[in-house]
Amino acid sequence: MEASRQPMVRGEELLVVEDVKKHFPITRGIIFQKQVGSVKAVDGVDFTVKQGETLGIVGESGCGKSTLARCIVRLLDTTDGKITFEGRDITKLSRSTMRPIRREMTMIFQDPYASLNPRKRVGFIIGEPLEVHNLGSASEVKTRVQELLEVVGLNPEHYNRFPHEFSGGQRQRIGVARALAVNPKLIVCDEPVSALDVSVQAQILNLLKDLQDDFGLTYIFIAHDLNVVRHISDRVLVMYLGKVVEIASREVLYREPKHPYTGALLSAVPIANPEIGRKREPIVLEGDVPSPVNPPSACNFHPRCPRFVEGHCDVDEPELYPFGNGHVAACHYPLERWPMSADEMRRASSQARSSQSREEPLPA
Amino acid sequence: MALLEVRDLRTSFQTEDGLVGAVDGVSFSIEKGQTLGIVGESGCGKSVTCLTIMGLNPKRMTISSGEALWKGRNLLTANQRELREVRGDEISMIFQDPMTSLNPVHTIGKQLIEAVQLHRDVSTKVARSRALELLKAVGIPKAEQRIDDYPHQFSGGMRQRVMIAMALINDPDLLIADEPTTALDVTTQAQILSLMKRLQEDFGSAILIITHDLGVVAETADDVLVMYAAKVVEQAEVHELFGRPQHPYTWGLMGSLPRLEADVERLTQIPGQPPSLLRPPTGCRFHPRCPHVMEVCKTTVPELVPIERDQEHLQACHLDQETKDREAAKLLAVTMAEAG
Repeated sequence: MEASRQPMVRGEELLVVEDVKKHFPITRGIIFQKQVGSVKAVDGVDFTVKQGETLGIVGESGCGKSTLARCIVRLLDTTDGKITFEGRDITKLSRSTMRPIRREMTMIFQDPYASLNPRKRVGFIIGEPLEVHNLGSASEVKTRVQELLEVVGLNPEHYNRFPHEFSGGQRQRIGVARALAVNPKLIVCDEPVSALDVSVQAQILNLLKDLQDDFGLTYIFIAHDLNVVRHISDRVLVMYLGKVVEIASREVLYREPKHPYTGALLSAVPIANPEIGRKREPIVLEGDVPSPVNPPSACNFHPRCPRFVEGHCDVDEPELYPFGNGHVAACHYPLERWPMSADEMRRASSQARSSQSREEPLPA
Repeated sequence: MALLEVRDLRTSFQTEDGLVGAVDGVSFSIEKGQTLGIVGESGCGKSVTCLTIMGLNPKRMTISSGEALWKGRNLLTANQRELREVRGDEISMIFQDPMTSLNPVHTIGKQLIEAVQLHRDVSTKVARSRALELLKAVGIPKAEQRIDDYPHQFSGGMRQRVMIAMALINDPDLLIADEPTTALDVTTQAQILSLMKRLQEDFGSAILIITHDLGVVAETADDVLVMYAAKVVEQAEVHELFGRPQHPYTWGLMGSLPRLEADVERLTQIPGQPPSLLRPPTGCRFHPRCPHVMEVCKTTVPELVPIERDQEHLQACHLDQETKDREAAKLLAVTMAEAG
């Protein structure tokens, strides 16, 4: 909307996240509160997002993906680490210096029922970001809102309706319109389609793709559904218990995952094709995701990992090892091939272990 | 004789705005050891179908008709006492949300024991050992200690295991699972689904699984019912359904599903949204959203009839067979490209 805003070249780094941590304190006592521990919701995450791409973030509930999203848009202050947006460190900016940057990054929330104020009209909900940033007079705002309604596939005449008059899918479209209102560069989508039915989910996914093509948007797309993430993302980041376990381009991640957790996730997704789905043997992980208050030592996936090597994985924390073309995975014993059954994983790892301990090639 | 035979089941709710036909003429049957899946989007009547069979709808304002023959006895006309004997004993149910379906103020042991003692005249000691046995069978670690824990001390997946243990504790002949894994993560979902499969082999129960997830159905069910706006639009054996879908709504569902196993640049979307059941569309209920709509669809309700090749494959659509085969082939070519 303003001439001063320079279009960025696709491929440049828009957002750099370095070693970001978010620990929530656990306190005890009513008057004299003392900290007795902390929930390590996000615990040292590094990644970059390039201009015009979609980075998908997957993980199970409680892995810290939503907290990470809120840290990126500064809805939460980080405990440690650095977030650089368009080359500017935004981690420590004050509220007022942060405000103009909020125009550049907006958010779409999961629950279209809870994220729209039920007592405000749609026109106000979508127009409010414009008013906050003083982008135009009342009539200009109205024109812009109607334009936005049309862009997201709603009837511009519905300007004066209330959110309850819309269905779930339509409400999510309102959420998208609101996020688009200020012409942002980056939209952080936090589980935008999880609450929707499949047929409506497809409409929103297609809409998000179209908008990206039309406006050159960059997305961070958070979801727990691997199918959805695969569909929309260019690169995918897998999180487990507040840490990044693997980052790769979409094709590579789904074709040859390196981390056993990614493998287990992929194999756990039911396939809507009985011919394929029933032949494969899913890797069923034992137990539950551990508590982020007291995460396991070293590699925090080790208690559930089929290729766990005692004395290595629980002592020495793996860093993100490179596998070429930006593919990184935090595992000492990455998967050699894919698909693999749980048994094969175990066998291959015991071979790797014995060859390592002897430090000589295995006898034929 | 089928274990459960449902014939022309209809349920409507009287609301302030008028009569809502939540289930409209649903028929199916389940044999011993069989798994039947019902798929559909929210509000299509899949849960209400089960609640009606189990007699769990609110008494007031609900009008049901048709038959649900359980071992030859009609459950819809049975009185509360008879229903209570069947529920939890011969037929049991797993609900979607394990947090709200367990009582938070009682230990899970107490709740499991209650489930046994409602139907069996056994001592608490015997009931407790049965409860323990089931908790071990569903894979609760340290069951001896955890039996005295409260629901909030369990994680979501563990709670769902407790629900399954409770559902199986009286060796039911039929297990109705209403979205059993929807609230769970994929890895937990895989645990629960494989557990259900294993328990079915061990206990030989029939399962009626209700879900919105085509993937879950494809991996668990033997036969599938696709519901749309209170009606069954297609019914077939699972390989047949996924290999040769016959109804435009089924195509829409399959096409709108992002897939792990195939790359699709753009999802086929079903335009619009499911209709209100207060005033359902005339003729075929899918016609306002159907890309293949014809004049006849707007006026005449299509019957649920078998296709020519396969008497077991039922569908309710006016389209001619040739068009259907062509469309199904087109869809499969896209979605199953890598399956080839």
